[in-house]
Amino acid sequence: MSDLAIRNLFIIPTLIFLIVFNIFPLLYSLAYSFTDYRASMNDPVDFVGLQNYRELLADDNIWSNFTLTAKYVVVSVTGQVIVGFGAALLLNRPIPGKGLLTTMMMLPMMMCMAVVGLFWQLLYNPSWGIVNYIFFTDGKEWLSNPDWALYAVAITDIWMWSPFVMLLSLAGLSAIPPSLYEAAAIDRASRWFVFRRITLPLVAPLLLIAVIFRTMEAFKTFDIAYVMTSMDETELVAIRLYKMAFLEWQTGRSCALAYLMLLAVLAITNVYVKYLNRLKAR
Amino acid sequence: MAIVQSKGSRWFNRAAIALALVMLVVSMIPLYWIGSTAFKNRSDATTVPPTVFFKPEITPFIKLFTSRVQQRGARDEAEYAAAPWWEKLVMDGGDRFIKDDKGNIESSGYSARFVNSVIIAGISTFLAVALGTITAYGFSRFKMPGEDDWLFFILSTRMLPPVVVAIPMFLMYRAVGLVDTHIGLIILYTAFNLSFSVWLMKGFIDEIPKEYEEAALVDGYTRMEAFFKIVLPQATTGVAATAVFCFITAWNEYAFALMMTNKTAQTAPPYIPSQLGSGLTDWTVIAAGSLLFLIPVSIFTFLLRAHLLRGVTFGAIRR
Repeated sequence: MSDLAIRNLFIIPTLIFLIVFNIFPLLYSLAYSFTDYRASMNDPVDFVGLQNYRELLADDNIWSNFTLTAKYVVVSVTGQVIVGFGAALLLNRPIPGKGLLTTMMMLPMMMCMAVVGLFWQLLYNPSWGIVNYIFFTDGKEWLSNPDWALYAVAITDIWMWSPFVMLLSLAGLSAIPPSLYEAAAIDRASRWFVFRRITLPLVAPLLLIAVIFRTMEAFKTFDIAYVMTSMDETELVAIRLYKMAFLEWQTGRSCALAYLMLLAVLAITNVYVKYLNRLKAR
Repeated sequence: MAIVQSKGSRWFNRAAIALALVMLVVSMIPLYWIGSTAFKNRSDATTVPPTVFFKPEITPFIKLFTSRVQQRGARDEAEYAAAPWWEKLVMDGGDRFIKDDKGNIESSGYSARFVNSVIIAGISTFLAVALGTITAYGFSRFKMPGEDDWLFFILSTRMLPPVVVAIPMFLMYRAVGLVDTHIGLIILYTAFNLSFSVWLMKGFIDEIPKEYEEAALVDGYTRMEAFFKIVLPQATTGVAATAVFCFITAWNEYAFALMMTNKTAQTAPPYIPSQLGSGLTDWTVIAAGSLLFLIPVSIFTFLLRAHLLRGVTFGAIRR
């Protein structure tokens, strides 16, 4: 076989698979987003043009889903960066048993989000949960309290994903040439100066990758929030979309909302891949 | 850092290590809690203050695999005397098994869901890695017009929110009868993992020197032979690491399973939380079910520790 034939034989099945099972469904739902289709009924499907999009964009509740999601993204990603980068700074020194230590800290992020969300409900239980016991906040409601539920979910997310930021930060920190620190030590530079001028700028590219990736994932959050709570104050975009599509069966409208979400995700993916390639090229 | 160590920096180091250990302990508390709750009896699981030291039991695991109700009224002593030891344990805790007409104990749905998880994650992993490896080889060794665009396209399919894909897929599956089937989920998980597998394997294959194959080609191997006999054996570690990552992703997946299955092909992630809503909430049983489900992933994490960084960055960062 010629090289060209082998290349096509190796690459094309994957492309076909992805087009059939990812792109074709998306075209299918693009078509439905211009209709009033309801998958639970046998009513004739009418073409309604841009009506679904117009209504969604004019709907205050949808906007509040988006602002809620933005709030969730900011809180949880900021938390992950503070905890994860902090932990990496602490661990970036010779420590006996460091490999085991870091691997153990990685465990949460490898776990099933739905199961993590489930057992954090046990920890958050107002009457006998260990969270209230540790913080002396006897009987405090977390997950059924409209003011706190979103933060409670974000805290769980921070627990789960800080290790991700830590892993990337550690990689960045360990790649900094020791000679830079030695030079700084000779110049008697202050610890803060070394951090500002050497550590931070050299870790920044990897940290940025971590932030973009976590932002995208947090924006898509479904599992953990859906398992942990069920109230309007924690209804993230993905949850609203799920309810609209599979509980209310407003299929056409939900396809339109799905597209709004998709555009946002693709925009972030684009930025992510750009930075990833830039990093790879170094 | 081989800096001249002053007394101050030695103390700084020690304080940092101590703080790191505190963080480790704090981050392990939730895991300890789920692990210990799985061995408690029902009353120990919900005490104030929380029970840290207790007599471990295995009843949560017995209860996990069986259907049972809470005992009402006095216990039937004749039945108790005739029961095997594990049934006695459960009865001691105030529960009674639900039995069918022939007296057989009804099983809960857990084991079936667990088996589904193994089958679906296993087969989809195999497909994703097999396809991904050859595709990665294709991209790594041959010129392809618009290669970067194709690779971006492949990765972007991975980033799609599951709910967004699930809506049209549900309609299509419903039309062809794939809702709540193993094949249906296997296809979705293969598609989801495929892009990851291509990117990660491309990273591994890029590292294998081209000269090996070129030497083989000179020796009269065909391209195919060179791929299977030279490249693939060199890429074993990469294939294994990719497979473990894909397996974990499929094993943990919740959203597709929730929307596409309800019984026959349901995997464990949507099933375990649904136990909360069914009748009495016995946290020890939920903890036992969660623990069993989390153990395989924890073992895999230790096996994968050298490749974690590469895995979470789609092969971009190797170190």
